[in-house]
Amino acid sequence: MNAEPRILRTQAEDTLALEFAAARTRLPGSPSVAAAREVAFADFQKAGLPHRRTEPWRYTDLRALLRTVPPLVSERAELPAIVDPLAGLDRARLVVVDGAYRPELSDLSGIDGVTVRPLAELLREGDERIGREIATLDDAVVSLNAALMTGGVAIDVPAGAKIARAIEIAHVTTGLLQTHTRNLVTIGADASARILETHVGPADSAYQANIVTEATVGDRAKVIWAKLQLEGAAAVHLGTFSVSIGEETEFDHLTLMTGASISRSQTFLAFAGENARAGLFGATMVRGKQHADIALTVDHAVPNCASRELFKAVMDERSEGVFQGRINVRPAAQKTDGRMMTQGLLLSEDASFFVKPELEIFADDVQCAHGATSGEIDEDILFYLLSRGISRPEAETLLVTAFLAEAIEGLGDEAIGDAFEAIARDWLANRGQEAK
Amino acid sequence: MLEIKNLHASIDGKEILRGVDLVVPTGEVHAIMGPNGSGKSTLSYVLAGRDGYDVTDGEIIFDGENIVETAPEERASAGVFLAFQYPLEIPGVATMTFLKAALNAQRKARGEDELTTPDFMRRVKAASEKLNVTQEMLRRPLNVGFSGGEKKRNEILQMALLEPKLAILDETDSGLDIDALRVVSEGVNALRSPDRSMLVITHYQRLLDHIVPDKVHVMSAGRIVRTGGPELALELEAKGYADYAGEPA
Ligand SMILES: Nc1ncnc2c1ncn2[C@@H]1O[C@H](COP(=O)(O)OP(=O)(O)OP(=O)(O)O)[C@@H](O)[C@H]1O
Ligand SMILES: [Mg+2]
Repeated sequence: MNAEPRILRTQAEDTLALEFAAARTRLPGSPSVAAAREVAFADFQKAGLPHRRTEPWRYTDLRALLRTVPPLVSERAELPAIVDPLAGLDRARLVVVDGAYRPELSDLSGIDGVTVRPLAELLREGDERIGREIATLDDAVVSLNAALMTGGVAIDVPAGAKIARAIEIAHVTTGLLQTHTRNLVTIGADASARILETHVGPADSAYQANIVTEATVGDRAKVIWAKLQLEGAAAVHLGTFSVSIGEETEFDHLTLMTGASISRSQTFLAFAGENARAGLFGATMVRGKQHADIALTVDHAVPNCASRELFKAVMDERSEGVFQGRINVRPAAQKTDGRMMTQGLLLSEDASFFVKPELEIFADDVQCAHGATSGEIDEDILFYLLSRGISRPEAETLLVTAFLAEAIEGLGDEAIGDAFEAIARDWLANRGQEAK
Repeated sequence: MLEIKNLHASIDGKEILRGVDLVVPTGEVHAIMGPNGSGKSTLSYVLAGRDGYDVTDGEIIFDGENIVETAPEERASAGVFLAFQYPLEIPGVATMTFLKAALNAQRKARGEDELTTPDFMRRVKAASEKLNVTQEMLRRPLNVGFSGGEKKRNEILQMALLEPKLAILDETDSGLDIDALRVVSEGVNALRSPDRSMLVITHYQRLLDHIVPDKVHVMSAGRIVRTGGPELALELEAKGYADYAGEPA
């Protein structure tokens, strides 16, 4: 099929075409992967960077926002000294630097039974699981990742394994680069696991990190998954998480976004088996001129599943928060129970929050609801605290922490919840020092 | 201790306090009674420094200083305490966290050391037992799901912990059952001291049976229109406010 050729390409799109042309032969992968890269790049070129009229991206116009793109990774960097944001939280650590898994920097202790491999190896083997969980996504940023992916990590938690120790995928970007990381996580039937995803990089570098993580969760598995987006203040973060969960699974996911200049975290969850339950939670904290976009698609494809979505966002100074959430209930998905709520808290008159919650229901026997609120700190409640001698900043900190805690605690993991709440408190402690 | 002179205050351009004059000497307990809408709660909010009121004239002299321009949190640390007519529910903020934050904020503002956790716990335990505030209530988010009476007891617990110089109790008796009224009154009486003044707003004599005031003031249409001894409350209970019908606020 011949699509209408787009007349104008942006400078960023031109650079990407040149980069892909130069890199296509050295990017890792079997011949089938190489062919898939060509298709993916053609898809990307057809669509171009998402813009205002790309409905799922309407509030994050990458065509306008990404004036230029930094170069692709060409050499292996030393790991810079970056403060560990989760110090004190017990976990194994799989370190991914500039889009490549680095075993020598990683700590795999306490997760016996789990297989960890560099994704580049799987690419060379032409592992068919790669790309499966994103096959139906129609998204230019995901296509770009599929064309340019360099590596990342593949984690296999075998059926029945109960892994108590959390496993962190620590993404580190080292400098002014564009990185395309792909992770593949497979959690077997009846297994349980706690996965952490962290994203950090230098504060002063306008790097662009594009991360796609595919996950498949087997029947009756129990999974806790928490993502911490703490990118450098000038960075662009484009994160995609696509997961399908089997029968009777319990899946809870939390996204905390506070870093980067422009960030987008998109989650696609598909129910693949009946009687499963998913909880999806989010806490966004932005200030300065930050722009943070959360996009969520929950696909109820089978009957008798329940999903809860609670997304909170705190916007200070001139920042912008976005929440686009969508619950699809397919004709077969009777007895679906889906509830989505998003709440924004504006700490400044110049901040804004854009929301678009949607339900698409094609089954008749379902219970679904969505809601969205946006407001400022309640003056009456604030006065109650002030009247007890609590200072205004401390009172606001108490109230904002309480606001976010509901979403963070929704994850249902105390250790991770505590660590994430500490990050929220740190953010509040630094109020008034505008992010650059 | 507290001297209010010709206090005028309005909200959204509507004048509600229309020249309040009131003196509460150190160590005394004064009651304010008056019809609904006469401005009693407004006076208590203006004394505590709530935003949104324009004080267009007059002075509030507390401890020798005019505090009309002082921020609410500074007034609190200086010793002003308001027990709210309608205490607020604060989801997500544990009662204990709140109590500790309040106590330590006031101590810090006065240049005192923060309390250690055991010291804090001891104080809370002692005060809460006297007021029948259970551990279970203390673990809940502040006032969330508390009954009307539990909220009022929680206000007095805060007052006991914060040891203010001036306590303003706005209808603390409303919503209390007979036993709770006694418990709360005993709690308040225990805090009567030669260094502490209290301003007790109420509609009912029954509270003043327990907390016997030094003086009773009648507020009507934004002014104090009469002041007398404890017997004035009995007279009001018998005759109502018909004699004081001022122009509506
Ligand atoms: N935010 C506001 N905007 C407009 N009018 C207000 C506001 N708050 C109070 N008022 C008005 O001010 C007047 C005094 O109210 P206030 O609550 O002080 O009365 P009160 O004496 O405490 O009454 P009650 O005995 O019922 O508690 C009332 O007429 C009330 O409607
Ligand atoms: Mg009142």
